Order: sequence, then structure tokens, then C-alpha cells
Amino acid sequence: MAKTLVNLEKISKSYDGHLVLDELDLTIHENEFVTLLGPSGCGKTTTLRILGGFERPDKGRVVFDGMDITNLPANKRNLNTVFQKYALFPHMSVAENIAFGLKIKNKPKSYIDDKIKYALKLVNLDGYEDRRPNSLSGGQQQRIAIARAIVNEPRLLLLDEPLGALDLKLRQDMQYELIRLKNELGITFIYVTHDQEEALTMSDTIVVMNQGYIQQIGTPESIYNEPENAFVADFIGDSNILGGTMIHDRLVEILGARFDCVDEGFGENKPVDVVIRPEDVKLVVPGEGLIEGVVSHLIFKGVHYEMEVQAGGFEWLVQSTHMRPVGTKVSINVEPSNIQIMNKPASEDEEAVPLEV
Amino acid sequence: MRDSRKLLSAPFLFWAAMFIIIPLCMVFYYGLTDKTGAFTLNNVLAIASPEHRKAFWEAIKLSVVSTVVCLLLAYPLAMILAGMKGNHDSFIILIFILPMWMNFLLRTLAWQTLLEKNGVINSVLAFLHLPALKIINTPTAIVLGMVYNFLPFMVLPIYNVLVKIDSNLISAAKDLGANGAQTFLRVTLPLSTAGVISGITMVFVPALTTFVISQLLGGSKILLIGNIIEQEFTQTNNWHLGSGLSIVLMLFIILNMVLSVVTDKDGEVNAL
Repeated sequence: MAKTLVNLEKISKSYDGHLVLDELDLTIHENEFVTLLGPSGCGKTTTLRILGGFERPDKGRVVFDGMDITNLPANKRNLNTVFQKYALFPHMSVAENIAFGLKIKNKPKSYIDDKIKYALKLVNLDGYEDRRPNSLSGGQQQRIAIARAIVNEPRLLLLDEPLGALDLKLRQDMQYELIRLKNELGITFIYVTHDQEEALTMSDTIVVMNQGYIQQIGTPESIYNEPENAFVADFIGDSNILGGTMIHDRLVEILGARFDCVDEGFGENKPVDVVIRPEDVKLVVPGEGLIEGVVSHLIFKGVHYEMEVQAGGFEWLVQSTHMRPVGTKVSINVEPSNIQIMNKPASEDEEAVPLEV
Repeated sequence: MRDSRKLLSAPFLFWAAMFIIIPLCMVFYYGLTDKTGAFTLNNVLAIASPEHRKAFWEAIKLSVVSTVVCLLLAYPLAMILAGMKGNHDSFIILIFILPMWMNFLLRTLAWQTLLEKNGVINSVLAFLHLPALKIINTPTAIVLGMVYNFLPFMVLPIYNVLVKIDSNLISAAKDLGANGAQTFLRVTLPLSTAGVISGITMVFVPALTTFVISQLLGGSKILLIGNIIEQEFTQTNNWHLGSGLSIVLMLFIILNMVLSVVTDKDGEVNAL
């Protein structure tokens, strides 16, 4: 496994008595693309600001490359930030913006000029040296902000919802751009977003956060396919979350019907949460499935149809390329491997799962 | 729609015509004619006489000093105000603006009472057996009066630009390695030049043209160009000379404002 670059140890932070982060532990490895994902107010931006040195944690330590930097001011940290609203200096040209950090470090002019050229080429904006930030589009400004950060050759790049203000098409282009940049530069990226699609597209590791706790840490595949609790399942993608009972290993009862599954070790006759992704729900001829139902809604979504099926007293969300008109009687079936069993949270607020990457 | 909008500006246009355009035309008429009504430049050129030149120079000197003092006092204060969060800032700004609600003449007269030979300050000093303050009727007293009266006009425009600076820009500068001083010199200060320039204009222009402050706090010893012009109108009754000198003063101010705008643009380019 790659070398550890950053260690957050038992970080707590509260504003006006409101706890934002509660004993957060997180390990980030070198050359990793880590995404902090969660709804607004989950503590992801605060975590980033603590890393950047713009906030001090109330408790806990920030260890960077083996050194405790908890109390080191932002300007002395070997990392750079790409801010949400770009934060380009409006009184400087593009070249001046990019040169800012290097001039502070008193680098020779020839070195700075080379770096500006290199960085602009890297973000596909050669020839923009003399432009003013205000004369650039949002996407271009974002690229300049990234260029301004990476010329300083940081070990770690922090990105605070950098694509939040861009339109969909541009956002998708920039996602690929960021992946390419990360691979070319070999810098560790920590990326904050509330957009689950963005997180799934770009990350090596996703850290799902809610209410100051880490809910789950894992690869995009494992987060999507094996959510560990109902919050993660609900936040990442669409899902059907049902209450069920684990009869015994590899058999779960949902809405009165018994489904084969692949999960073990939950005990016998234990109440559990069950997640079934809408694309995993198979609609078959009545009588051939396990639960009988009727299609109640139908929407065309482009790549697939989205249907709601009333079955067993539950409204199932179903995605299928095969259209069934409203009113059609159907039967529901699910492959055993597509049924994801989760422990019910011990209590309503304690939804945190302490984990290491 | 457009016509009705235009109609809305009618009251102001009337006002401007009556009280700005016509008086200005009259100043130019008087300034460029002699008593017989014949065209002459003598009233304008009269600025070159030793007495007028001295008063003009004195006015420039004192108003420049006042402007600099105002700037040095106002900028840090505006920074502190802009950095404050919550309800405190509006309270402190209120305290700051409060004196402005009092009549300008009264404020200046109050200073006269305070600074007089046997005034309040000297009474207190005498009571404490300290040497008396002798600044009434000196340029220092005039500068004091100017700073006191015009300081808010420096603070407010600077405060206004400072609060509008995105705090992320400051964070970005720090993130890129700049310490406090570097952040101030490279980001905060250049981004606040607009406020500084409008503050300088708002202090320098009234300070340059004042005759009340110099009259009340300078005694009759120190004549500024404003006092000379005032005397031409009220005592000597030579409206032609008063208007001629006013034109010179006006041109000087316009020239200064044009220069400050031009140098600001240069400053921005140089900062690149």
C-alpha cells in the first residue's frame, strides 16, 4: 500500500456550540484521489479548511508527511487549495495570478516564466497570459485557479467544490481533465463535493460524511454496490431501502416474501435494512416473481425508463430499458447478488462507522 | 415608458440648471470679464501675484498634510471595521459618524473653544501645572480642524471597498504562501485603491477650498486661497477677481482628479 501522506487524528470542531466534526479520523495516502462526499453541513468543507490551515480544530491533530502541522499557519503548509469561487486576484493578469506563489518564494524570473507557460499548457489555456480573470468564462477561471495552485508543486491539492458553479457539460469535461491532471502530476488530491456522480467518476477513494461523522470509506464501486448503511445507500444513487428480516445466512424476508441473498453473519431472525438498486429490480410476468404488483408511474429518462411499481405495500423504484405501461401487472424478482443487507443503525443519531481507508 | 422615465429626471434637471449650471456660468462670466464687462484674463492670472500665490501654496500644503493624516488614521481603522463581524461594526460606524450629525460650524467652533489660549484644554493643563498648548492660530490647528471634520469622508469609502473584498482572496494569498504583510501589500491594498482615491478626493477638495476652518482656527494670520476668494466676495466686493481665482482653483482640482485616475490605471498596470 502507498505511503501515508495525511493523518487526521480525532479531529473535533464546533461553531457556536454546534458540533461540526466529532472525533474524525482519516488517513490519506500519497497519490490518491480522495473525495469527501456528503450533504451540505456534513463537515466536509470544514475538514478541508482544517487541512488547508484556515481553521484550527478544537481537538485532535493534523499530521502531514509525519509532521504535526495542526498549528502551522496556511502560508507555511506544503499544500495548495483551489477555491470554490476560484478566488483569482481580479487586479492581476492570468500570468500574474499564476506567478503569485512563486514570486512570494522569490523564484528567478526565468523559472517563473517557464512555470507559467507549462501550467497554462497543462490546463489547455496557452496564450492567455495577459488576459484578466474577469474576461474569462467560469471554466477558464477554474483552470487558471488550478494552474495557480499546481505551479507551487504542492504535495497535496485541496479542491473545494471546484466545479460547483459550472454547467453540466463543462463539469463533465473538467472531471476528466482533473483525473488527467492528477495522473500527470502525481499529486494527492482531496476533493470536496456534494455531487455523488462527480465523486463516483473521479475518485480512487470516497469518504461519505454526514453530520460530522464518516459514514463509509471505500472505492466508488464498493460504496455504490455495498453501502454499509441506509444513509450511504440513499445518498449515493437511487435506491429502494426496505426493512427486512434476516431469516438465516443467505435468506432474507422482505415484505413477506423470502429472497435468496449472498450475505452471511447477520444472525437469525434479525431485523435489517435491505438496499436494492432500481436497475437491479427485475420485472417479470405475473406469477413468475416473488412479489406481485402494478406499474403506477412511468417516466422516460433517456437511457432507460423509470417506473414506480406498487408491490407488497411498498413503492418500488425500477429502472429498465423495457417499457411497461401504467397499470401493467408485473411480478418482482431480484438476483441474490444484487440484494445488499445492512445492519440497522444502533440509534438514530449514532450513524457513524469508524473506519480506516 | 422611456419618456415617462425621462420625465422623472425633470426635477433634478431643473435643480441642476438653477443651482449648478447657471451659477457656474456666472462664475465664468465674472472671472473672465472686468468691471466694464470687457473680456480679460487678468482675474485668472492674478493668482500669480505673491500674496495669492502664497495663500494658494499654503492651502495646498495644509490640505495635503490633512489628507495624508486622514489616510494614515482612516486606513487601519477601516481595516479593523471591515474585519469585524456581527453587530459591533454598525455600532462603531455609528459612533464614528455621530459627529457628522452636528453642524460643521459648531464642530469647528468647539475646537476653537478647546484650543484657545484660555480654552478648555489649557485650563486643564494649567490646573495640572503643565505647560500651555499654543496651537490656536497656527497651521497645526487648521490641520487638526481639517482632519477632524473630514476624517469620516476618508474612512467610509475605504471601509466600503474593504468589506467588499472576497475573504477567499485573502485565504488564497495565504494559501499561496504570502504572510500578513505580503497579503496586505499585494492583495488588500491594490484592491482598495478605488476607495483610497475617492477618500483622498473627498478630503483633499474640501480641505483645499475651506475658508471656515482657517478663519476660526487660524485667526486672521493664516490666509488660505479660500479665505482670499471669500474676502473678494464679501469684503472687497470684487466679484471679478474672486471668480477668476475660483476658476484657477477649479481647474487645479479637475487636473488633480484626472491625474489621480490616470496614475491609478498606471498603478494597476505596474502591479501586474
